[in-house]
Amino acid sequence: MKENIWTRPLYYVIAFLVASISLYPLFLMIMSSFKPSNEIFMNPLSLPKSFSLEPYRNLIEQVPFMTYFYNSVVVSVTAVLLILICGSLAAFYIARYTFWWNNALFFFFLMGMMIPIKLGIVPLFILMKDLGLTNSLWSLIFIYTATGIPLSILILTGFFRTMPVELEEAARIDGATDLRILWNVLLPLMRPALGTVMIINFIQAWNDFFFPLIFISNEMKKTIPVGMLSLFGEYSADWGALFAGLTLSSLPMMILFFIASKQFMEGLTAGAIK
Amino acid sequence: MNTAETQVKAVNKPAAKTKTKRKWKRWAIHLFPIPALIIYGLFIVYPILAAFTYSLFDWNGLVRGAFVGLENFKALFSLQPYKDLFWNAFQHNILYFVVQMIVQNGLAFVLAFIIYKKIKGAEFFKIAFFMPRLLSIIVVGFLWKLILNPNFGALNVILGKFGLENLQKAWLGDPDTALMAIILVNSWFGLGFAVLIFLAGIQSIPHELIEAATLDGAKGWKMMSKIIIPLMMPAITIITVLTFIQSFEAFELVYAMQGSQGEPYHSTDTLAIYFYRLAFGGTSGGGSSAIGLGSALAVVLFLFISVFTAILLYFMRKKEVEM
Repeated sequence: MKENIWTRPLYYVIAFLVASISLYPLFLMIMSSFKPSNEIFMNPLSLPKSFSLEPYRNLIEQVPFMTYFYNSVVVSVTAVLLILICGSLAAFYIARYTFWWNNALFFFFLMGMMIPIKLGIVPLFILMKDLGLTNSLWSLIFIYTATGIPLSILILTGFFRTMPVELEEAARIDGATDLRILWNVLLPLMRPALGTVMIINFIQAWNDFFFPLIFISNEMKKTIPVGMLSLFGEYSADWGALFAGLTLSSLPMMILFFIASKQFMEGLTAGAIK
Repeated sequence: MNTAETQVKAVNKPAAKTKTKRKWKRWAIHLFPIPALIIYGLFIVYPILAAFTYSLFDWNGLVRGAFVGLENFKALFSLQPYKDLFWNAFQHNILYFVVQMIVQNGLAFVLAFIIYKKIKGAEFFKIAFFMPRLLSIIVVGFLWKLILNPNFGALNVILGKFGLENLQKAWLGDPDTALMAIILVNSWFGLGFAVLIFLAGIQSIPHELIEAATLDGAKGWKMMSKIIIPLMMPAITIITVLTFIQSFEAFELVYAMQGSQGEPYHSTDTLAIYFYRLAFGGTSGGGSSAIGLGSALAVVLFLFISVFTAILLYFMRKKEVEM
């Protein structure tokens, strides 16, 4: 295609403009987290005069941030592990066997991707209460596992189906059980699919705010996102600490993203396109 | 004789053992989907089904009262203030969807096309657009609340630096701008994801097709409307459906920026925020029957989202097939 000489420069102008709008607030957030509050109020846009760690000290004094952090790690990691276990077992069953109910089972799980589960929050809350799980990290672990299962089964089933059956036949003749075949033969070959499932669900669990808002009121059981709610509710005048809190909440995800940006972007879009 | 018998037994015994073992093995495979079924059934399927029955009862706090049939639904649509609150929030959800489609997805389409045109630094731009998506939506809400603060927020300060003082506003305090501000923040958050989906769509178009169309003299708008957009219909369908669902579930960002009342004066109220108020309290909820009403609203919203998603999928998929 022939292009007008202005077309290319225009492309760059648009891309740069939007990229700066995307990045500037993040830059502002990180930069402000190194400025004491009065400096933010005086010069909100300037670079920090001296990189002060005072906002971070204030943050940790005001809220139990390390507890939030620990809770977030426990919840996200356990949920992701449970999703991988439940998801690969179910997907193996659906992809490798042809019982007459398998298609119905697959469809039943996939339906979950269309269900807006937030609308079932009242029965869910009462259920958690009856199970004695409110104010327990298990309420979050279970709900994230449950919401993660449908998409994981979809992705993993698709992947199981692409793998040649011959792989496991040798092991089967040697008398290996299904569990052993799954664990020793198939799963090691499925790292890309498992990685996608891990990334999608980890982001989901780490960033979710809605479920802990409903299930958790005990300060010591809060994850980072609801912890931010306490911070902003009670210490809204100390902007330095607020920016420090926002930065510290986002840092782990950003670090992971820089390590594996390609997998992140591919993983999340794979989830949507399938 | 006796020795022969024991000999047969000795041979038979291990054989029988492996047989039962194998039988157990075959049976054990049915245990595989059980953990997923239990967790998914208990925490997803049951609550959604239960929400339907909850909406048919009168509630006293968390205690279920008498069966009232469709009374909760009637109240939701005919009694004040429920009726006005519902339609007020509903309009906001529609605006949410429309603005997201135009700003977030329109812009994302343009950006995907620009990246597709192999500009330098394409990888950097992809990452830049995608970065906001890494934050928790509550962090996004709080961050922008600080940026939009009327006195110390970066936006008004920047406007002041450019001599645009007359544009400075209490963005979130003014009913005329608050909702739009939230929707634009949501677009900021979701833009990069939409870019990636569109980019995947545009990159999946066979190159020969575009070359052939070029040879036939297609260019500019004609190329776009006759070749590129029709072939990108699958990506457009996905984005439209996702944006629709997300717009009608909009909760977290509004809650972070404007609280559970949809301040100011319900000007940022959405159906999900209204639902939260009914179900979990908040001063303008509705007395003792709030869980009944809340569940009724959940059912209405659930049906609306499902039916509309189905219709959208039906018509857009049809377009895909025609191409």
